[in-house]
Parts: sequence; C-alpha cells; structure tokens
Amino acid sequence: MSYVQNTDRDRKEMLGYIGVSSFDELIEPVARELRVKGDLKLGLPMSEAEVVSHCAALARRNSPASEMASFLGAGIYDRYIPATVRYVLSRSEFYTSYTPYQAEVSQGTLQAIYEYQTMITRLTAMDAANASMYDAATSLAESLLMACAIKRTDRVLVPAALSQRIRRVLESYSAGRHITIESIPWKDDGTVDLDEAERLLSEKAAAVILAQPNYFGLLEDASAVSSLAHGKGALLIALVDPVSLALVAPPGEYEADIAVGEGQSLGIPQSFGGPLLGFMATRKEYIRKCPGRLISATVDSEGKRGYVMTLQTREQHIRREKATSNICTNEGLCALAAAVYLSTMGDDGFREVALQSAAKSHRLYEMLSGLPGVTLPFGKQFFQEFVVRFDGPASRFLSRAKKSGILGGVSLEDDFPELGKGAVLVAVTEKRSLAELELFRDIAAGKEVRV
Amino acid sequence: MSRTIFERFYEGKSGSFIPRNDCPVEGLDMLLTRKTPTSLPVVGEQEVIRHYVELASKNYHIDKGMYPLGSCTMKYNPVVNEEIAGLSGFTGLHPLQDETDVQGALQLIYDLESSLCEITGMDHFSLQPVAGAHGELTGMMIARDYFRDRKEDRKTVLVPDSAHGTNPASVVICGFTPKTIPSGDDGLVDIEALEREIDDKTAVFMLTLPNTLGLFEKEIKKIIGIVHKAGALVYMDGANMNALLGIVKPGDIEIDIMHLNLHKTFSTPHGGGGPGSGPVGVRSHLGDFLPVPRVLKEGERYTFFSDMEKSVGKVHAWYGNFNVLVKAYAYIIALGATGIREVAENAIINANYLMKKISRHYDLKYPGPCMHEFVASGRNLKQYGVRTTDVAKRLLDYGIHAPTVYFPLIVEEALMIEPVETEKKETLDHFADVMEKIAGEARNNPGILHEAPVTTPVRRLDEAAAARNPELCWPLENSE
Ligand SMILES: Cc1ncc(COP(=O)(O)O)c(C=O)c1O
Repeated sequence: MSYVQNTDRDRKEMLGYIGVSSFDELIEPVARELRVKGDLKLGLPMSEAEVVSHCAALARRNSPASEMASFLGAGIYDRYIPATVRYVLSRSEFYTSYTPYQAEVSQGTLQAIYEYQTMITRLTAMDAANASMYDAATSLAESLLMACAIKRTDRVLVPAALSQRIRRVLESYSAGRHITIESIPWKDDGTVDLDEAERLLSEKAAAVILAQPNYFGLLEDASAVSSLAHGKGALLIALVDPVSLALVAPPGEYEADIAVGEGQSLGIPQSFGGPLLGFMATRKEYIRKCPGRLISATVDSEGKRGYVMTLQTREQHIRREKATSNICTNEGLCALAAAVYLSTMGDDGFREVALQSAAKSHRLYEMLSGLPGVTLPFGKQFFQEFVVRFDGPASRFLSRAKKSGILGGVSLEDDFPELGKGAVLVAVTEKRSLAELELFRDIAAGKEVRV
Repeated sequence: MSRTIFERFYEGKSGSFIPRNDCPVEGLDMLLTRKTPTSLPVVGEQEVIRHYVELASKNYHIDKGMYPLGSCTMKYNPVVNEEIAGLSGFTGLHPLQDETDVQGALQLIYDLESSLCEITGMDHFSLQPVAGAHGELTGMMIARDYFRDRKEDRKTVLVPDSAHGTNPASVVICGFTPKTIPSGDDGLVDIEALEREIDDKTAVFMLTLPNTLGLFEKEIKKIIGIVHKAGALVYMDGANMNALLGIVKPGDIEIDIMHLNLHKTFSTPHGGGGPGSGPVGVRSHLGDFLPVPRVLKEGERYTFFSDMEKSVGKVHAWYGNFNVLVKAYAYIIALGATGIREVAENAIINANYLMKKISRHYDLKYPGPCMHEFVASGRNLKQYGVRTTDVAKRLLDYGIHAPTVYFPLIVEEALMIEPVETEKKETLDHFADVMEKIAGEARNNPGILHEAPVTTPVRRLDEAAAARNPELCWPLENSE
C-alpha cells in the first residue's frame, strides 16, 4: 500500500524544477556515510486486504473484557458508551482536524472543548477546567508540580490507599524536582488516618492529596481532610472519579484547590488502558498556573461570539523553559468524547449510571457478606468498587471465575500485601446484571457453575 | 454562531441508554451527599447529533484540504486504520486482563517496538509515553537516572535555539537546567558555541533533527563526537523523523536516546489536538532505564516484564495510548520497507519544490536544500503594513489552512511550511499560486489582508481580550 500520490513523472518534474538531477543530490547535507545502505528489514508492502486480515487475526488473539462479565476496575471501567459518541467521534471533521491553531476555521473543536470545560467545571463544582491532559496519573503529577510551585515547598502527602501505578508516575515526575512524597496510612476501616495526617502536617507541606473514592473504592471524609490541609496552609488536591460526582459531594463543595481525575468512564473505550483523558479543574486564582490547553470565549471583529485557545503565554511554544508544563499534544478527541457522552446522558442519565453502579456493587457486597471463605475487610462506605478477601489465594478465585466467563476483579496481593492473601478489588458498573452478580456469588461460594 | 449545548436545553427527556436496573437502590443514603445539581445539558438524542454536526461544519480538517503546518505534520490518515483500531478485540481490552487473554495486543506492542528499532537503529523502545513532549520528558528521566546510577552530578542540558519549544520545557519539568546553544548564520548548531558551553556538568545535548528550520545538521557526526567526549548523552527529538525514514538511522550514528511522534511520522489522526504517542528509543547501554512494564517474547508467548531495578518507573498509568499504537502498526505494515522510504523521499521533494516556488514571493532566511519542511518569512511584506498573521488569515479565505506562524522564534515573521508526502504536486502548485496571489494583494490592496478572513464561520477573533479576561465556561445562570 502507498498513500503517496505523486507519480514518477511528478517527481522527475519537481526535481527538475528544484534544479537537481536526482533525489540523492537533494539530500546532499546528509553525508553519504551516514545514509542507510539497502532496504530496511520491514517486509513487503501489504494491500489493504492483507493489512485488515493480519490485524483482525491479532485482534482475535485477544479476549476482550467488554465481551465478558467484567468486574475489573482499578482505574479503567467497562461502561456503556452511547452510539452518539462513536458517531460524532467518527466524523472526520473532528478526528482529522489538527490542534486549533487557526481559530476561525476550528470553531467546531474549540466550542466543543469549551463546552467540555464547562461540564467538568460543573461536575467538580470548581471555577475552571483545562481542556484535557494525558490521564489521571499524569494530571495528578502535574497538579503536584503546580501545588509545589504555588506553595514554594516541595513536600506532598499522598494517601497510601492510592493506585500503585499512579503512585509510580508521581514518583518518576517528582524525582528530578526533589519533591518528597510521603504516605498517609489508612485506618482499619480502609480510610485515611486523620491523626497520622495531622502529625505529618506538623511539617510544612505544599499539598495533601485526597483520593475520593480511594483505591479500595471507599469514600473518605473529604471535609475533614480538607480542613486539616487548609488549617496547616497546604492545598487540597482531590483525585476523583467523575461518575461518582453525580452522587457524592464534588471537590468544590469541600473547597478543594485542584481537582483531577480520569475521564475514561465518560464515553471512552477501555482500549487496553489508552488513550485516556486526564481532567483538571481549579480555583480562579490558580488558572494561570494550570498546565495544558485552555479555551476561552471571545468575540470576532464584528462582535460575534467565538472561541480561542487562551493564556498561551503559559505554554511551551512561547514560554519554553518558563512554561507551566510541557504538554503540547493532548487528548483533544477524548475530551470531545466526554462532552458528547455527558450531553447524551444528561443530568438524569448520568445520575442513573452512578446510581446503578452504586446499587449493583452494594447488592453484590450484600450477597457476599456472610459467605463462608469470604471476608469483607472494609465497610459499606464505598461507591462502586470494594475489596473482598478469599480464604485461598486471589488467583484461585479469579481462575475459577474465568472458567465461568467472569473476570472476577483485580488481585491486590502484589500491590497491597498488607491486606493479606486473597484480597481482590471488585468493580461493578451499570453494565452488570443481577444474573452476573449471582454467578459471581455462586463462584465465590465455591459452587460448581457451568455456563 | 452556534448555540451552546447548554442553550439547547428544553423540558425534554434524555433517552435511555443503559440497562434497566435489576438491582433497586436501597440504603445508599450515605453516598448521596452532593448538594449542588450537576447541571449537565438536557437535550434529546437528535438535538445532540444536530449540535455536533453543526459544530463539525465549522472545522477545517485534513480530509477537506491540506494542512501545511510546519512541525505539526498532518498527513492523510488512512481510513482503514480507524476500522482496524475500532475492532473490539482491541478497544474492549482491560489493561489488567491475564496475559493469556491479550496475546494479540502484546504481540502488536512487541512487533511495533521491533519495527521502530529497525527504522531508527535504536536497540530498545518503550511505547508508554503518550505524546512527543511526554517522550522527551521520559528521555530526560532516563538521562537523569543514568547519571545518578553512575554517581555523576550532571545538571545541565544544552538545547539549540532551533529546538522545538517543548524541549526546554521538558528539560525543566525533569529538574535539569537548560542552556541555549545559538545557531549560526546557516541555521545549524554553532559548533564553537557548543564546545564552549559543554563541560563535565552537561548531562545531555538535546537536538531536534532535522531542526525546526527544516535543516539537517551537516556536522552531526562531529557534534555527537564532542558530546560523547564530554561524557554526556545525545538526545534526538525525532518528531521530524518522517524526513529520515530509510535514509538515516539515528542509532547507527550513535544518538543515545530519541523519541518518535507516532501521530505525525506514522500517521494517526490528531483529533483536534490528540491523542498522540511518543515512544522513546535508547541504545543498549540505556535499556535498563526504560519505563516498565516491557513486553518480552518467550518462544511463542508474550509476557509483561516489570522487574527492572534501574527503570525510571512509570510515566503513564498503563501501557501508553494503545489505540494509537494499533494505527501506527497498521500503517507501517501497509507501507513495508519500500513504502517507508518513499514517505521520506516524497516529503523532502515536496518541501523543496514548494520552498522554491514560494521563495519567489517570500523571503527565505536559510536557502539551500531543506528536509521535509522549511521556514519562509513574511518580513518583506511589512513595508505594506502586512504581517504574517494577515497572510495566514487570508489563506483561510482561499480555503487553505495556514502554515505554522511565528515559529520558530528565531525567524522574523516566520511562516513554517510542511507540505507532507501525501500531497500531490497539483495541490502544492495551487498552494503556491494562492501564496503568490496573497503577496500581490499585500502590495496592491493590503486592506483585504487586514480584513481577512471574511469567508470563515467567524471573523478574526480577539485573542487579547480572551487573555485579559478569560471566559472559560458557560455561566450556569444562562443555561436554562
Ligand atoms: C519537533 C517537535 N518536537 C516535539 C513535539 C512535541 O510533540 P507533542 O505535541 O506530541 O507533545 C513536536 C510537535 O508539536 C515537534 O514538532
């Protein structure tokens, strides 16, 4: 396959016009001894038909979670995506457009992203939101750099009940800047130990990070963490699940300074963990410190409303080494997906997604409580994900579940050995049915199930 | 002007999209603590579609016409790649599924890594970074940990002034101190300046190759020699690699670390600004520092491998923008060795052809052969009171997207132009004709340029007002 349209004749004519006798002469600045000799070892070109069948064969070597009863979560969720999202995203006016550097011919992208910012602002109850970042982990890392720049201190407190993958991203982002990350342990009930947090705050910190819900799915006493942080002059950064915000208090209500999170739940397929959508919202006074793109409304020369990228002087292409972050290409199309998703669902639909996820996960929790060989180490203060502990190793339960067509959850044995052997994180989204919950229970109860 | 989605509100109903609730809600009171409404738009499905179709009509995009945006590289996006990337065998994967369930995905990652190694001459690649700048940051982390491991205290990164703006920003985010190396009159690295600035505190020399002026560093071997002699590493910003495909392998000329912009070089749609993918490649002495996990092949089985003590850790929660990797993979296997080389040849021929045509009416600060892009200057139009912005806006009236303007910063009134390899000669001729017409208008009727654009959905927008008084969201009180 070739997507090049010039013919040999075109090329010859063009070389003639340029005034060289051959392509080799044209690349004279590249010394001959540096040039590749012979062909790359990449195989022969393929026709479209061959590419399709080759890739389809690879795809068939996978068993997608989306086609099973998946109880996997830990940051990526199996949610229903309305057809409107795929339809809008598949329009080439959106997906083959570039970063809106020429605003007058990019009003579609710009307005959509402005509306996305608005929706994030409303969900989080914060003053302003930026227009998409890479994922929750990098958004949180950037918010940490932002907080340290605002407070001119380089110590931050992070809950120990945080995704270890996110934690590792924070560590790699912080290492060069000598930012110290300290963990706030959890109490027996799985939530932040406020006394420990207070003790850790006796030394100056730039920010306290609150994961709401935390990695175990549990809801924290956000207001208490917030007053603690603010009382000691630290910022509060809330890492939130956007779907949970249909029900639980949003960061703005407990006076968070920065709110970040993962937007994958908002109309983006799981796709093996990427592309994702990081979001970030903040208070008015910190907008100019905020990384990434921002879209603003303005007027054109005739006074007509329009949209532009704004505060670009914070960005790398102007401020270079003084930029607030290095983000250039972001996740624009994913932000559009989130906007279309939220527009389609509306207030009620979105709330229904959250309610069903909560109701179904709580139902499963009830169904598991009291089963022999099953412990529920933490209480019912969770949103849609909870920890369950089996008597045997987690892998034993998970492989039995798998045989019945169920992805039973995420083993916590490696990341949180302190939870003991057999700990599994179970996520229940709106897509799960009562029948699937019953199947889960039967497997957990050790029954032989056939599907 | 389009109504916002919030103004399309009516006392209507949203459809029902999710399964019926067969687990009625009880005892969730402790959860329901939100006091303020979410205030999302409430519109029916048909209104949602109409809204976004109306917005779509206000966008320029590559399927409509060319994007001569230098440095940004937007070429034709093969439509079949969207179909392939949309297969549920790819989109439906959860990142924590058992390895046995994702063998196809792991194989794709493994094979794409191998192809990128073959194309660049590097020994290892990590596909985890999700954008070019993210790759730069990862590369800097690798350098940081490499020197830490060797117990060498090196804190400076030398960056030529012709480097992309993300380069110095990435350097700072990683905790290094950037120091600018000026370019000479020929637009290439001033080697004397490099020799003067480099010392035993230099960690990295960070080079954009070809540079943002579209020039290949003729003395690259000498430069690399100088840097290595000082004990520092050479980082190559390989976002412009489409000029070098099948022509130069950076690994073979001893570049130590590089990133690629898959969304540019290997053609994936940019979606109004992303997602992208910025894999990082290293030569073998730096392999241990790549982010985890890596994918290994044992016999016919593919596995994840995380047990790397010296790894920089993670730069993304999972394995990068997998869906983008699928598209780049499909593109590479479609082209094969000959097609890949053909990309570079046509990108370079197109750029030089267009440069020569345009130079009849616009200044060229650095004449002579360019690679896949070149920078012209509109400074000769200043005498008529016309600026580069005016030229850009006038192009929009002619139905063509504008080049990158005012970048790189080292060229006055810069117009950075990259035709890319998929544009046909006739398209370039048309673009050059329009540029000529605009130069004529500047001389004879500059008012037309100041007024431009007139045919676009909105006229020239007041960016200064937006920056002074940003309005970043639709006010709640206007919503209903
Ligand atoms: C030369 C160069 N380097 C780095 C980048 C940054 O890549 P990204 O925008 O994917 O972060 C770009 C693109 O903007 C580029 O053209």
